Amino acid sequence: MADGPELKIDITEKRFNVLPVPLYESLHIEVPAGQVLALVGPSGIGKSSLLRLVAGIDTDYDGSITIAGTPAKDAPPPGFVFQDSRLLPWLTAIQNIEAVNPAISRDQARAMLARVGLDGFADAFPHQLSGGMQRRVALARAFSVNSRLLLLDEPFVSLDRHLVSGLQKVLLDLMANETPTAILVTHLPDDAALLADRAIVLDGRPARVVADISFESRRGARDSQELQRLTQLLSAYSEEKAL
Amino acid sequence: MVFANRLFPSPIDVAGHLWVLATTGKLLPDLGKTLTRAAIAFFVAMAAGTAIGIAFGRVRWADRLFSTWVVVGLNLPAIVVAIVLYIWLGLTEFALILAVIINKVPLVITTIREGVKSFSRDYDELGLAFRMPFLRRLRLIFIPQLMPFVLAAARTGLSLVWKIVLVFEVLGSDGGVGYRVSVFFQFFDITGILAYTVAFILVVLALEYGVMRPLERSVLKWRTDRN
Repeated sequence: MADGPELKIDITEKRFNVLPVPLYESLHIEVPAGQVLALVGPSGIGKSSLLRLVAGIDTDYDGSITIAGTPAKDAPPPGFVFQDSRLLPWLTAIQNIEAVNPAISRDQARAMLARVGLDGFADAFPHQLSGGMQRRVALARAFSVNSRLLLLDEPFVSLDRHLVSGLQKVLLDLMANETPTAILVTHLPDDAALLADRAIVLDGRPARVVADISFESRRGARDSQELQRLTQLLSAYSEEKAL
Repeated sequence: MVFANRLFPSPIDVAGHLWVLATTGKLLPDLGKTLTRAAIAFFVAMAAGTAIGIAFGRVRWADRLFSTWVVVGLNLPAIVVAIVLYIWLGLTEFALILAVIINKVPLVITTIREGVKSFSRDYDELGLAFRMPFLRRLRLIFIPQLMPFVLAAARTGLSLVWKIVLVFEVLGSDGGVGYRVSVFFQFFDITGILAYTVAFILVVLALEYGVMRPLERSVLKWRTDRN
C-alpha cells in the first residue's frame, strides 16, 4: 500500500477573538508522506485547533495548509478521530461508518469493525457499547473514510489505561498495514513515544515549536527501555517549559 | 345507582345511546367533520410552526425580532382569536380552521425553536470534518435531533387542537362534535353529551395507540432501548 500524502502547514497567523495575541504566528510544519507526527504540549496551547485547520473544519486563518499539494479544505476528508467518540447515538455501529462513507459496502464496513475487534457488534447502538468499544468504532469510522491521512485528537483521553493499551495496539496494527500520514495530538509523552515516528512540542503564545524530535527506532518495534527513554526525552521538554 | 336519573345516566345508558347515535344519528358525520377540521389545522400548524421554529432556532436576529410576538401568540386567549376571525371572515370553515392554526402555531414554534437551539455543535463539526453533503447532514444529523421535539410538539399540539376545535364549533359552526354537544346542552341531554364525549375519546385513544405511539417507538427506537 502507498504511503499517505505529504502535509504542509504554513500558517502566517491564526487568531481567536477571545485571545489578545494570535494562537499561531509563522507556524511551519511539514509532515512527510507516511509519517506519524505527535503534537505534544500543554492543554490549551492549540493542538486540537491545528487539527481542525488541517481537517478543513476551520478555514479562518492566514496562510496555507496543503495535503499532497491540494488546499486542505479541498482535499479528500481525513480520517478524523475526535477526543470523544462522537458517534451518532441514533445510528448503529455499522450505520455510523456508512453515514460518513456512503460508498462503503456492508461487508467492508463489517470487516473494518472486525479489524478493530468488534466482530458481531455491527448492529449495536453506541449506548450498548462500552467507552473503549465506542472509541474503536470511531477508529474504524476514521479508517473507513481515509486510511491514508489520519488526524487523531487525544484518542485515548478519559479511558482506563488497560483500555488504552488495547486501543493503542489496534491503532499500531492498523497503521502498520495502511502506512498513513498521521497527526496524533496528545498531552502524554508516553503515547507519543509508543505511536509516533516524530514528535513536535508546542509551547507559548503564540504557539511555537520548541522541540522537533525524530525517533530513530521503528514505531511498534520499540522495547520498554527505548519507550522509557523517549518518554523521558519528551517529558524533559515539558518540564523545561514548566520552568 | 344512587344518582340514577336524567342528569346522571348509567354507563349502560350512555353505551346504548352511543350505539343509537352511531347507527341512526349524526355521530359519524359529526366526528368526520371535527376530525377533518382538526387534521387540516394540525398539519398546517405543524408545518408552519416547524419551519418558523427552525428559522428562529438558527437565525438569532429573527428570533430576537419576533420572539415577543410568539409570547403574545402563546398567551392570546383562544376564544378572542376565534371571535375576531368569525367577525372578520364570517362563520366559515376557513375562519374556524385558521383560528385553530393561529392558536397552535406559537406552541409548535416554541418547542421546535428550543429544540434547534439545543442541537449539538459537535455533530455539526463531525459533518464538516467528514465533508458530509448538506442533504446527508440534514437526514442523518439534523432531523434525528429534531424528531423528539417534533413529536413532543405533535403530542401537545394534538390535544390542544381537539379542545380548541370543539370550543370553536360550539361558538359557530353547522356541524361537528362541538356543535352537536352545544345542541344537547340546550336540551340538557346529558346522555347525548356523554355519548359524544365517549366517542370522541375513543377516536383520540385510537390515534394515540394506533399512530402516535408506534411512530414514537419507530423514530425514537434508540432512546427507548437506552431507557
